[in-house]
This record gives sequence, structure tokens and C-alpha cells, in this order.
Amino acid sequence: MGDAAARNFQFLAYGLIAVWAILAAYVLTLVSRERKIQREIESLKRILEDRGGR
Amino acid sequence: MREKILYALGALAALLLARNIWVMLTGLPDEAFQGAIFRIIFFHVPAAFTCFLCFFVALVASISYLKSGKMQWDSLAVSATEAGLAFGAANLVSGMIWARIIWGIWWTWDWRLTSMLVCWLLYAGYLVLRRAVEEPAQRARLSAVLSILSFAVVPFVFFSIKWFRTQHPQPVLYGEGKMDAAYRAMLYLNWVPLLMLAAVLIAIRIGQENRRRELDALRREAHSI
Repeated sequence: MGDAAARNFQFLAYGLIAVWAILAAYVLTLVSRERKIQREIESLKRILEDRGGR
Repeated sequence: MREKILYALGALAALLLARNIWVMLTGLPDEAFQGAIFRIIFFHVPAAFTCFLCFFVALVASISYLKSGKMQWDSLAVSATEAGLAFGAANLVSGMIWARIIWGIWWTWDWRLTSMLVCWLLYAGYLVLRRAVEEPAQRARLSAVLSILSFAVVPFVFFSIKWFRTQHPQPVLYGEGKMDAAYRAMLYLNWVPLLMLAAVLIAIRIGQENRRRELDALRREAHSI
């Protein structure tokens, strides 16, 4: 394989990795946001239960 | 049950994408002039189509919100916009990598590239606007208006290569620059899992938006006690 063809393949790999990485980054953002919301809901529910119990 | 369906759909999309990458690397010949880098088109174009479809869904949801005032439409609009931005970013970055090899540059201020970037920035501005407005109904109303206005750029992006002399290649699915049938089939085949992935992402994001509203209600309750 010539230098140009190898570089061509190298950049194809970069392209595919970039597409997957962008989508994976968005999925990870969703996961972390989900955890944060869940944590906040649970903590607020606990606070409300404590206040209700007093 | 809903979550299981979403996970199954996501896993199926990932499998299809992996299968398509295998086929495009081993079953399809290099393009005569561009070589192996040409295969980026199988992600670049479907990512753009998915992005525009998401923005169209956001447009319909925004109009529906302004008509009905139901927050579910606002949830759909923001979810579709976010997914659309992810696919838009994939489209822009994959295009830049292709351009580096074929044109020898990462970027040029050509009509298609510039209009796509402006479109992406407008929708990114939509998300910024949502963070800036506290009151939910006002946030939904203002962002719906911005979403409707932003969609005006989408047809411009799509037809810019027809309307102006651009460095960007002409359409590859119709007209004189139409690709070979095998390449076109692969492009459409790769669009299917991207659409499935977009549907999963939007559904997950809608669920989050509903829980965020639950969180807001709990916050208000906590403040009122």
C-alpha cells in the first residue's frame, strides 16, 4: 500500500472514530444527567419526608 | 418494558452499524478518484439527513406546543434538537476529515459548510436560551419560537449546493453526480441504524425531561413547606 493510500485509510479511521466518539459522548452526557436527576429527586423526596414527619 | 424496548433498539442499531462498517470495508470497492476515504460518505450524509429530520421533528413539536401549550411537545422539541445537534456535529466533523484528504484543507467558508455551521450554531443557541430562562412556560414559548425561526436555515443548507457555486460536491443520490447503486444502497442501509439510534436517544431524553419536571415540582413543594 502506498503512502497516499495508507494516509487515506488512516483518515477514514479518524472519520469513523470521530462519528462514534461524538455519539458516544452524547450518550455519556445523557447517562450522567440521568444519574444527577435521579440523585436530586431522591434527596428532595427524603427532605420532604423528613419535613412531613416532624 | 419501555426501557427494554429502547435498549433492544439501541443494541440492534449498534449491531447494524458494526455490520455495515464491516461490509463497507470488505465488500465495497474504493471509489476510483477518492480511494478509501470516500467511505466517510456512508456516515456523513446519513448523519446530515438524521440531523435535519430531528430538526423537522423539533419544528413540528414547537408549532404544536405554541398551539396547545402542552409541555410534552416542548419535551419532544428539546429532545429532538439535542439529538439533531449530535448528528449535526458528526456530519460536520466527518466532512472536515474528508476535506483534509480530498481538498487538502480542514475547512473552507463555502456556502454549504458555512450554512451548516450557522444552522448548528442556531440550534446550539436554542439550548443556551433554554438554560437562560427559569420559568418553564416562558422557556418553552421562547424556545419554540427560536426553533421555528431556526428551521428556516435547514432548506437553505440542503439546497445551497444547487443554488450557489460551491466547493462541496453536488448531490450524490440524484442528478448528474448520482453514485453507483451499490454505494447508494449502503448509504440508505447505514441511515436505518442512525435513525433507530436517534429514536432511542430522543425517547431517553424525553424521559429525562419528564423527570426534570417532577424534580421542579418537588423543589417547589420543598420551598413551600
